[in-house]
Formats: sequence, C-alpha cells, structure tokens
Amino acid sequence: MADLRSEFLGVKSPNPFWLASAPPTDRETNVVRAFKAGWGGVVWKTLGEDPHVVNVNGPRYGAIHSGDRRLIGFNNIELITDRPLETNLQEIKKVKRDWPDRAMIVSLMVPCEEESWKRILPLVEDTGADGIELNFGCPHGMSERGMGSAVGQVPDYVEMVARWCKAHTRMPVIVKLTPNITDIRHPARAAKKGGADAVSLINTINSIVGVDLDRMAPEPHTDGKGTHGGYCGPAVKPIAMNMVAEIARDPDTHGFPISGIGGITTWRDAAEFMALGAGNVQVCTAAMTYGFKIIEELTDGLSKWMDEKGYSSTDQFVGSAVPNITDWQYLNLNYIAKARIDQDLCIKCGRCHIVCEDTSHQAITNMVDGVRRFEVIDAECVGCNLCVSVCPVENCITMEHQTDGVDPRTGERYDKPYANWTTHPNNPNRVTEAAE
Amino acid sequence: MSSTPVTAAKAASGVASGRLDADAYAENFSDLHPLFEPHEALVEADRCYFCYDAPCVQACPTGIDIPMFIRQIATGNTLGSAETIFDANILGGMCARVCPTETLCEQACVRHEAEEKPVRIGRLQRYATDHAIREDVQFYERKDPTGKHVAVVGAGPAGLACAHALAREGHAVTLYDAKKKLGGLNEYGIAAYKTVDDFAQKEVDYILAIGGIELKAGVALGRDIHLATLQDDFDAVFLSLGMGGANDLDIKDADLGGVHDAIDFIADIRQAPDLSALPVGRSVVVIGGGMTAIDIASQVKRLGAEDVTIVYRRGAPDMKASEFEQHLAQTTGVRIKHWAIPKEIIGEGGRVRSIVFDYVAPDAGGALTPTGESFTLAADQVFKAIGQNFLEDALGSAGVALKRGRIAVDADRRTNLETVWAGGDCIEDGLDLTVAAVEDGKIAARAINAHLASGG
Ligand SMILES: Cc1cc2nc3c(=O)[nH]c(=O)nc-3n(C[C@H](O)[C@H](O)[C@H](O)COP(=O)(O)OP(=O)(O)OC[C@H]3O[C@@H](n4cnc5c(N)ncnc54)[C@H](O)[C@@H]3O)c2cc1C
Ligand SMILES: Cc1cc2nc3c(=O)[nH]c(=O)nc-3n(C[C@H](O)[C@H](O)[C@H](O)COP(=O)(O)O)c2cc1C
Ligand code: SF4
Repeated sequence: MADLRSEFLGVKSPNPFWLASAPPTDRETNVVRAFKAGWGGVVWKTLGEDPHVVNVNGPRYGAIHSGDRRLIGFNNIELITDRPLETNLQEIKKVKRDWPDRAMIVSLMVPCEEESWKRILPLVEDTGADGIELNFGCPHGMSERGMGSAVGQVPDYVEMVARWCKAHTRMPVIVKLTPNITDIRHPARAAKKGGADAVSLINTINSIVGVDLDRMAPEPHTDGKGTHGGYCGPAVKPIAMNMVAEIARDPDTHGFPISGIGGITTWRDAAEFMALGAGNVQVCTAAMTYGFKIIEELTDGLSKWMDEKGYSSTDQFVGSAVPNITDWQYLNLNYIAKARIDQDLCIKCGRCHIVCEDTSHQAITNMVDGVRRFEVIDAECVGCNLCVSVCPVENCITMEHQTDGVDPRTGERYDKPYANWTTHPNNPNRVTEAAE
Repeated sequence: MSSTPVTAAKAASGVASGRLDADAYAENFSDLHPLFEPHEALVEADRCYFCYDAPCVQACPTGIDIPMFIRQIATGNTLGSAETIFDANILGGMCARVCPTETLCEQACVRHEAEEKPVRIGRLQRYATDHAIREDVQFYERKDPTGKHVAVVGAGPAGLACAHALAREGHAVTLYDAKKKLGGLNEYGIAAYKTVDDFAQKEVDYILAIGGIELKAGVALGRDIHLATLQDDFDAVFLSLGMGGANDLDIKDADLGGVHDAIDFIADIRQAPDLSALPVGRSVVVIGGGMTAIDIASQVKRLGAEDVTIVYRRGAPDMKASEFEQHLAQTTGVRIKHWAIPKEIIGEGGRVRSIVFDYVAPDAGGALTPTGESFTLAADQVFKAIGQNFLEDALGSAGVALKRGRIAVDADRRTNLETVWAGGDCIEDGLDLTVAAVEDGKIAARAINAHLASGG
C-alpha cells in the first residue's frame, strides 16, 4: 500500500490533501468535521485585523453548470473572515491541540505595512499553528483596500511582505499567488527572493459568471447590483495547472515548493498537479460542492493509482511531468499522427465528421459505399485531435503515430528524424543546428 | 395498475359493468407517460449528442429536426423547440404521445447503440409541444387569400395536417367529416391512457386556430356529398377517409351476442363519460395481432376483466404491434397466445360462451395450415381485431383508381384524377401510423399548393 503521508515545508500531514483557505475552513466546527472526515490539513480562512470585515447579506456565490446541472465553475464575492481575530485565534489553538497530526496553516491578509504584520504574526505563532499563508490573491473587496491581489500583482510588494514575515516569525511562509496577472513567474520569483518557503496557487480568477437578463444585472446580484467575483472549480484547473508548470520549469524557481490549488475534484486532478510539480494540493470548491466525504475517494484513488504504478510515496512522482513540458518551438515537427476510428466502438453520431468538415480539414467521411460510416482520410488528416475531443465515446477515436511509409497528405516519409521550428526553412530566425 | 374486482359478485362470469372501484378506473386510465417535469426534460435533453445528419431525423416519417428541438429545450427555448417540431409536424403533440418511438426515432438514436438507452425523444417532444399548446402560442400566420378553394374530406391526422398547411398558404379550406367530433382515430381510436384530458380536441382547436378552415362536421362523402360535385366545386380535393370498415371473421356464429368489433368498443371507451358503466366480460378473448388487438385487450383488462387473452395466428415478431406495445399489454396482465386461428364460436342462449382455436403452422410458402391440435378458451366477450378496410363506396362513381383495396396514389399523393389527392390510412401502402398520415397530408398539401400556384 502506497504511503500517502506528506511533508510540506517540514509540516506533516497524513495525506497531501489540505482544504484551501475558504468557507470550509472558516471555523472550528467545519475544520473539526473535515478532520473527522480524513482531510490531511487546512489553511484556515484568511484572518485580518480587527475590526473584522463584513460580507454582503445577499447571495455571494454564483455558478456555471453543465446541462445536467453539474457544477463546473464557481464564483464568489466573499471577503476574508468576518469574525473577530481573537475568536479565530482561540479556535485555531484548540483545534491544533486536539488534532496534532493534521497540518494547520493560517492564512493572513493585513495592510501592506510592516507594523501590521509584526503585530499579527506572534499572535498566530502563539496558537501552535504549523505555518502561514499570505493571501495575495483575493481579487475582490480586499484588493480595493490595497490588500490581496493588489499586493500580489506587484512583485516588489510580494517580495517585501515575504521578507517582513520571514523576519518576524519562525513559521514557514507560503505565498498564495493571484492568477490575475500576465506572467505568474514574476510574483513567484519575488516570493522566493523575499525568502518565502513556498508558493501556493491559484487563488480565484476575476469573473462575472452570468448576467440576469431580466434585471440586466450580473449574477449574483444584491439589490439589483453585482460586482465581479473570484472564479474557481473544475473550470479553472487548466489555467492553474499551466501556472504551476510555468513556475516548476522556470530556472529561477525550479524546485521551489508549490502547493497546487484550482479545480481539484478527483484524485486524478491531484495526481496531475503533483506531476506538474506541486508537493501537495489544496481543495475548496469540490468540498463546497459535495461535502467533506470526497476525501475518501481522493485518498483511496490516489493510493490505488500509486500502487498500480509502483510508487510508494508521493515524492516519487512529484514533478515527473515537468521535464516533458517544453516550448512550442522544440516540438518535433516530423512526428506524424493520424486519427483512427474504431468501427466497433463507433455509435455513428457523425460529430467527428461534421466538425472536421466544417471547421477543420474535411478528413472524415460520412458515407462509404452508400452506408453511414465514418473513416479518416489520411490524405487530408493533419492529426489535430479535434475529432478525438468531440467524440462522445471514450477511446473510439485515437491518434496513431505513423512510422512506416509516406504521408499521403504531404508526400513526406513518416520516419524522418526529429526536427523542430528552430531549423525550419520557413522560420526567418532559423539556426542550422537544432536546439533541443 | 389495480385490476382486481372489488367483490366476488363483481367478479362474476358473464358481462358486467362496474367491476372495479371508482379510483381504480382513474388510475388505470391515467397518463401512460406523464409530462416531463422541467428538471427531467433538461437532464434528458442534455443526453442528446446533436448528431450530424442525425439518424433519428431519418427515422421520423415527418423528418422533425430532432437534435435542434432538443437543443432548444436544453437552452431554455421551449417555444422555439415547439416551433421546430410544428414546422415539420403540426400534430407533433399527438405524435409525441402515440408514435411507436421504439421502432422509429428512438430506435435510431445513437445512444441506443451506445448504451441501449435512447434519448427519450417522444417525451421531450411532448414537453415542448404541450408547452406551446398550453400557452396557446401560435407560430404561423396565414398568407394573403389566394382565392383558391380546397376540399379536405376526413378530419383525422392526414386531413388536419393537409388543411393546416393549405390554410397557411392562404387557400380557403372546407374540412368535411362524417363524425360530429374531428380528429379521426385520434379521437375515436387511440388508447385512452395515451391521450388523456381530451388532448385530441385541444389539438384540433390549436390546429384550426390558423383560420381559413371552414368546418362541415357530420357530413359524409358518398351520402351527403359526392366526389364528382367536389371536383366541380373546388380547385382541389384531398381525401383522408381512413379505414372505416372492420374485417370480419370467416366462421359460423360470428354474430352471437358478446362478439364485437374491437374498433367500436375502443371508440366507446374513448367517448364514455363514465368508464365504470362499460360492461366487460370476466373472460375475454381478442383475435388479432395489431395495435387494435393490443389496445382493446389492455383497455378491457384495465376495465376489470379477469382473463384477457390475445390469440394471434403467427409469432411475436410478426405482430404489427411493436415489442413495446406487446410488453405493455403483457405487464397489464394480458396473455398472448401465438400460432392459432379461431375455428368455432360456441354459444348458449344467443351469447358466446367459448371459442375453439386450431393450432397452425406455416408451410414452405408461408401459408398457415392447421396442425390438427386445438384448444378452447372460455369467453364472455370476443373482440375481433383482425384489421380494418377501406370503404370504397364513399368514392361513388368518380372513377378513383384503387390498388389492393385502397386508393392508388403517386409520390405526391395524387390520385389518378387530376385534382384529387389522398393520404393516410385510405391509401395503398399506408404505414397505418398517425405520423405517416401527417406526412401524407403534408406532402399532398405541398403538391396541391404547387398545382394551384401554377394556375391549376
Ligand atoms: C385502435 C387503434 C389504435 C391505434 N394506435 C396507434 C398508435 O398508438 N400510434 C399510431 O401511430 N397509430 C395508431 N393507430 C393508427 C392511426 O390511428 C392511424 O394510422 C391514423 O389515425 C390514420 O389517420 P387518417 O387521417 O388516415 O385516418 P383516420 O384517423 O381514420 O381519420 C379518418 C377520418 O375520416 C372520416 N371519414 C371516414 N369516412 C368518411 C366519409 N365517407 N365522409 C366523411 N368523413 C369520413 C372519419 O370520420 C375520420 O374522422 C391506431 C389505430 C387504431 C385503429
Ligand atoms: C467562497 C470562497 C471564499 C474564499 N475565500 C478565500 C480566502 O478567504 N482566502 C484565500 O486565500 N482564498 C480564498 N478562496 C480561494 C480558495 O482558497 C482557492 O484558492 C480557490 O477557490 C481555488 O481552488 P478550488 O478550485 O479548489 O476552489 C475562497 C474561495 C471561495 C470559493
Ligand atoms: S485529427 Fe483533425 S484533421 Fe484529422 S480527422 Fe480528426 S479532426 Fe480531422
């Protein structure tokens, strides 16, 4: 049986699944329920200075659903904790005392002044918490007050605050990054430079999830008005994974610990984030969608998969996919794939045909000898994968690497050696020797 | 379904009404496939793959753009969905209820191939069309009057579809029907639990709301009006007379008390203000293998008959009633026996008591011959459901050509007479389905319109 025990920045937890700083970690009751259910750790709902902020009393969440009302994207305009600092600190202390084997990280957001940080850090340390996470990510409400993503969007501030924190506490410092920025590598580098121990990402993405067409107001709205919120859930996973990978393969931050966040819903999502370099993962929306019980599937699924692959601990695969992420210009232009349709699995919906016909390369038949039949025409197929993407049957269409013979589309041999854009004749900046 | 008579007295042999509790009648004749709730509709609509050149569309005799109407439901555009359906089939509401979808669109659904659970197209169709009819939203406006006048004789699905399409084009239509109520078999034939709450009449009203259709109910061709006169008085005539005659058993004593034409009794059920007043036997035998046999058997069983047996002369796959219909009858408690033909009806005091059947087997050429074995079934009532026939007398001496006992037509549903078209059950090679009748009406209307436009 695979060992799911996790150590992140020296903080131990029975599994690599933490609950992200959000409503699931807002108070003692919730966190105790989470620990009972089996979660490895929590990042407590972000604390701020007193007087505490208040939330709107109208709806704070919005969602995007698929046709069968499966929640695929989630949006919120909630602020940081809306309870007094002291209440939170007491609860954190009690829970950590009762659950010593679980990770207890405290998320913080205070004004961008050294004094503020200096004041709050000892109070947190006193709870016995294992570490802190700096919330530089929250895109709404707090950023207008010069906190949250307003700090996270300026690498110099990120570095400065990280440095203050390292100076005023012995606890490990995680910097939580906002995705509302053009190049995620800059704040990540700044965090590292400021002495932080890790980054976590992503926080939520600025969003409007819907418009109420009767009231002509964004959803959700309070008294007829709405504001942009923070987007999360399954829909943001690809964006989050790219950002994690960018940091993992940036020479400046390569190997810097990452806590992966964003749309993690199943064990597979978690494994993917970890393969891209995340040492552990945090979950919010999935818990808010299904409740805490999903931790059973997350841990069991991950452990079964690790057994199957022969991994005995998570560090054996963390970052394994990073070397295979490269820049487009280095992709092998002589690797040729053609779509293949398994006629036994084909249910004849014809979607591959119509999308290839209308929007790609007219490479799939709809009739063969007068009967409805979908076959790939190699002389037209560019191997784009569109048909695979739209086919409703799993594994019915696959991309097959061609190795023998000649491509009827180009007349080129299938077995030509590796060559990329850097040496391609159409590249005005080509070099003679391929860079790999 | 509750089918147990309330008391021993009510289970007595012979023919009796009121065999069941009042509540049981309501339950037994309630909606077979109730209207989807909005949530059910959305979940089901989401299952549609929006296929290219969708097989379901090919399989629909009226060619409704099914993926499009389902997508419209999925996006909350229910009225748009109804319009898509009505564009191809103005009786889309009734078809949603009565079509044997398991052999039509749903049979062709790729989900059927994928997981043996087709998208429930019929029920989605009902969801959309019921919405439009309930809200009384009309999608079509008549074009300016053309001054042309068309007679449509027979107001079943074929006649209604044709009349609506012609009225839309601006022609004046006179719609005749021998009966007082319009709708044809929608009103008098379809099983009661498939079209509850007087839907047939609501649909007729919805269709006629297009305007420009003059009604002549209670007027029969061949009795009150004649084809030759219609040819003179109208620019075109569409005949949609259905099949008025019921085939007879070719055996002795077929006219004993208790022996009925299934069609007549089915009409009685549909028209009965009080189902408990309908007398049914304790033991009932139905002879036949089509939709009529299944429907009479199921409905008599639902009226409280204890033993109901369908006897069909060939095997289950040969039955014209679909597998789904056969199962429906069987789960209602109807027994189906195969490979037997009636030999002799035995009566007592002028009423049927039992009926003797010969087992038969097909010979090399497929013809049925008795095997020499036989069996006897007790019967207080016998229903003949061995097919209907076209009553050609209605055509008089106008010279309409027939083929195999029904009106011969070309691909445009035109008869041998220059200005006479025909469609529905009364034409040769009719599918004998509501939806096929609608398509005939549609095709004929298109042809008539073209004929009139070209100065005909
Ligand atoms: C018992 C039974 C159950 C059925 N169940 C189904 C089912 O579940 N699903 C399905 O798809 N199909 C079913 N069918 C078949 C379907 O009802 C018919 O195919 C369809 O109604 C044919 O339409 P039509 O317009 O041709 O004729 P009809 O519906 O028969 O209408 C003919 C009309 O013409 C009128 N008429 C007849 N003669 C004259 C005359 N001389 N002068 C004036 N008017 C006249 C009649 O009064 C009637 O209104 C069933 C049929 C029967 C008998
Ligand atoms: C309702 C809600 C409130 C949140 N509040 C905070 C917060 O106070 N501090 C914080 O750092 N992140 C907060 N987040 C962001 C989450 O911690 C997490 O980064 C984000 O939701 C992405 O993960 P997910 O896709 O698993 O939800 C909040 C998210 C939600 C949905
Ligand atoms: S891979 Fe692209 S080009 Fe080839 S058949 Fe599929 S959709 Fe068409």
